[in-house]
Amino acid sequence: MIAFLLRRSAQSLLVLLAMSVLVFVGVYLIGNPVDILISSQADQAERERAIAALGLDRPLWSQYAHFVGGALHGDLGRSFAHGVPALELILARMPATMELAFVAMLLAVGLGIPLGLWAGLKPDGFASRLIMTGSILGFSLPTFWVGLMLIMVFAVFLGWLPSNGRGETVQWLGVSWSVLTLDGWAHLILPAINLALFKLSLLIRLTRAGVREALVTDYVKFARAKGLSARRIVGVHVLKNIMIPIVTVIGLEFGSVVAFAVVTESVFAWPGMGKLLIDSINVLDRPVIVAYLMVIVLLFVLINLVVDLAYSALDPRVRLGAAGGTP
Amino acid sequence: MTAHSAHTIAGATPSFWREKAGEFLADWLAVGGLALLLIIVLAALAAPLIAPQNPYDLAQLDVLDARLPPGSAAGDGKTFLLGSDEQGRDLLSAILYGLRISLGVGALSTLIALGLGGVVGLWSAYRGGRWDAVIMRVVDLQLSFPAILIALVLLAALGQGIGKIIAALVTVQWAYYARTVRGTALAEKGKDYIAAAQGLALPTHRVLLGHLLPNCLPPLIVVASVQVAHAIALEATLSFLGLGLPITEPSLGLLIANGYQYLLSGKYWVSFFPGVALLLTIVSINLVADRLRDVLNPRLAR
Repeated sequence: MIAFLLRRSAQSLLVLLAMSVLVFVGVYLIGNPVDILISSQADQAERERAIAALGLDRPLWSQYAHFVGGALHGDLGRSFAHGVPALELILARMPATMELAFVAMLLAVGLGIPLGLWAGLKPDGFASRLIMTGSILGFSLPTFWVGLMLIMVFAVFLGWLPSNGRGETVQWLGVSWSVLTLDGWAHLILPAINLALFKLSLLIRLTRAGVREALVTDYVKFARAKGLSARRIVGVHVLKNIMIPIVTVIGLEFGSVVAFAVVTESVFAWPGMGKLLIDSINVLDRPVIVAYLMVIVLLFVLINLVVDLAYSALDPRVRLGAAGGTP
Repeated sequence: MTAHSAHTIAGATPSFWREKAGEFLADWLAVGGLALLLIIVLAALAAPLIAPQNPYDLAQLDVLDARLPPGSAAGDGKTFLLGSDEQGRDLLSAILYGLRISLGVGALSTLIALGLGGVVGLWSAYRGGRWDAVIMRVVDLQLSFPAILIALVLLAALGQGIGKIIAALVTVQWAYYARTVRGTALAEKGKDYIAAAQGLALPTHRVLLGHLLPNCLPPLIVVASVQVAHAIALEATLSFLGLGLPITEPSLGLLIANGYQYLLSGKYWVSFFPGVALLLTIVSINLVADRLRDVLNPRLAR
């Protein structure tokens, strides 16, 4: 177990290092930041002072070494545009994104599993066909356009819900939260539905496929032959067996929900770190872009690690050694 | 002749494809999707002929016609069936021209990614060993991150432009094809017809492309049909975020982004109709892809 943990952690660190090089080199290929960051009216002396202050005069490898050294101390550089540490900026926006992602994931799981169960148990019913057609639509609808349509219907035509921002927030544990106020929920619900839609479709399809596969297995047939109630067969024999892939997917998809929040946050002007990323890309605020990506990569690496561990805990057939090796 | 009869044994023959086409056409929903897709593609190709105006010809635009609702009459007596945008451009025409760009970018990036990923996957499976391990590690690593994130970083680094967005879409997609082809090729590689082709001392590229590839095609086609829809949606999303195509090449995503600012004042049509066009395109492709998966999946065949 400890050997497995160590090996997985070493792998994760390697991934983190590789990604940092890729991200750094990639982002530093953008045009000439000097032209963008320093006013064209500045004279030569001012320009040089600014270049030296931003560290742009040093060679790439030296900038990278400086960056990694800083990263190990939790310092990912200072935002060009805001003048504050990039990591601080990201972390300040993180709760808004996490709040949105959690509510979206809850919606997707809370609706997706029951609907998928229904569609799997009664595959030929009218409701099931409706659910499956809906899930194809959910896969096909581009997230940003759905967001626009939600705003159009609920904010503009019906005027029920606000179209942007976080609304009233409450300070708790030093962070502001929208989920703790009614106004916050009014602002949160549209973006959360928007973000949940794709994962909802995924979970419906996944659950349905799992149920249909489980229903024809010997253990379900045997449970039926024993005369167990339908409720017990579904609740224990079917659900328990399809939960393993579903829990894995929920874990892995959470990272993708955080990444896709970039789109939803831009549509609803939700002040999370995704919106910060897009704003930073538009003004070429490189330290913030790099810091965002490092935070996201770290998040993904952690999620993958946790899912791996959860998987081996849930499914006794999975040997830890095998989970860490080549797939 | 022997070289040809070698791969007919494995099943990817003209009669195999004819049979699968018959199965495909048995499902009316898929046929409907295919018909819709054909109409959309034809409309995009014929845009210069059927569009009421050329949306890029500034001489045909009149600012007095700006932001008219659907069905309004333009200054020159024509009707804006789907309304007009902030420059007095007929939306129907803009959508038809936008479809050309969206479909073109989606199809081109899918084809390049298919070729690149296919060759890498085939070679990886055929060679095996260390190269195979390294390539598949890279594929695994890339697929563990969401496509949109990778595309965002690439575009942040590369900047805007039609070539750049195609490069980003190819980078995002090649790994899917590489993994799919490798999986199939590993299973096919041990079969007799490959041994026969090797026995004839054919050069490696002929064994790979002439014998192995035709038999890896069915799953590749399924993945490609799904990915083309993803590519179109991803391009639209990136363009909407302002990171995809430049304003001079307005794809559907950019048209939708243009209408965003007028949405709050109730002028819904500028964003709504390009979105419907995008949606119909993606749904029709997904319907076709869904059926292709059922027809070409060997696990469901028997």
